[in-house]
Amino acid sequence: MTCDEAEVMLHALIDDELDAGHSRDVEAHAAQCARCAAQLAAYRDLRQALQGGNLHYAAPASLRRSINRAVPSPAVTSRRTLLKGFALGGLVSAAAAASVTLVIVREDRDKRILGDAISAHLRSLQAEHLTDVLSTDQHTVKPWFNGRIDLAPPVIDLTAQGFTLIGGRLDFIDGKPVAAIVYRRRVHVINLFVAQGIGPALPAPKVETIQGFNIRRWTDQGLNLMAVSDLNSDELEEFGLKFEEASRAAHG
Amino acid sequence: MAGYAAYASDDGKAERFRAAALPYLDDVFTLARYLLHNAADAEDAAQECYLRAFRHFETFRGGPIKPWLLAILRNVCRAEYARRGALAAVLADNVDEAEHVTDGLWSEAQQSPETETLRRLHSETMQRLITQLPDAFREAIVLREINDLSYREIANVTGVPVGTVMSRLARARALLRTAWLAEEKGS
Repeated sequence: MTCDEAEVMLHALIDDELDAGHSRDVEAHAAQCARCAAQLAAYRDLRQALQGGNLHYAAPASLRRSINRAVPSPAVTSRRTLLKGFALGGLVSAAAAASVTLVIVREDRDKRILGDAISAHLRSLQAEHLTDVLSTDQHTVKPWFNGRIDLAPPVIDLTAQGFTLIGGRLDFIDGKPVAAIVYRRRVHVINLFVAQGIGPALPAPKVETIQGFNIRRWTDQGLNLMAVSDLNSDELEEFGLKFEEASRAAHG
Repeated sequence: MAGYAAYASDDGKAERFRAAALPYLDDVFTLARYLLHNAADAEDAAQECYLRAFRHFETFRGGPIKPWLLAILRNVCRAEYARRGALAAVLADNVDEAEHVTDGLWSEAQQSPETETLRRLHSETMQRLITQLPDAFREAIVLREINDLSYREIANVTGVPVGTVMSRLARARALLRTAWLAEEKGS
């Protein structure tokens, strides 16, 4: 190794960037070259001085604050923030922490259920698997679910109200089998998912919009019902009201 | 469904970004101070760096985030250089010139114990000496000695080959050593 080579390589040596072979080469050269040995020692000292001094500049607190403000806060407090709050808080009692965690876990589950419902709706449109039983007759569709799912879903013909029953199929939401009853309004498909224990018991119907789909959820006779469609929210609400009305009439 | 998952995780983006990037604010601010020479400009650059980083956080492909942030900061600073009229062309010329000056930088070993001299140098003096280095060398030595990046990471941040990083560091240290020897003589 020449002095010219060593002069650059010795920096890689002190920076710990050389493999064992090259390290030995540089050290061997320095061992028999006083000038390069002196450089190596001097640069090691320089490095030590740089590492020893505090050459960082601390960012001002005002900068940290203004960056924090500039990065948008999530609209909904995320689960992570809340959990971090517990970790930092220390004063929050275990019971309070547990109850809030439960709410958060429920919210997450609720999100998953809505996500699953939309997935199921999309799958039904894409895979030519809209119906397992194709019938506009509620007396054909309803018995079809017998033995396939452990509940008797309310299958109601709403043709007179402008929503055509076109069939039913079995689907899965949140890992559970659900009855999917399929209606059509003009070119729009409505999947009405019926199951027990998918989502909370709602005191009043709830309409949400997720990814452009409208979802109306309500509870009836201990069952959770979810109507998913690309139909506008007014007409989906109308569907829900007509369905509830007919259901009340059927149960006397 | 993937679409829904992405929708749901969007909420957490700001939170994930804060947790990943904010711990390196001192590093980003420090590089900005050395590159731009004054505190007010450094604050502006660091803030702009974090805003850009947040906007492009989806494009961050994992791995250590510090070099990624420093690369963004460096781009912000170069835009600032351009605004000041100290164009990149000037910078490049200086580099070429300085990289070819290889003689006379190394003074023969001093009689006085250098270690002692170095230790007596206050941090402020060292900071000032680093600040006085030509741009490309200052950048290399700050990224190596203060931001603690590897040669490979410095190469990625500055967009030059590893060999160039190595030679710039060698020049930076030679210049810095000469400067502190001069400082020592003058004091």
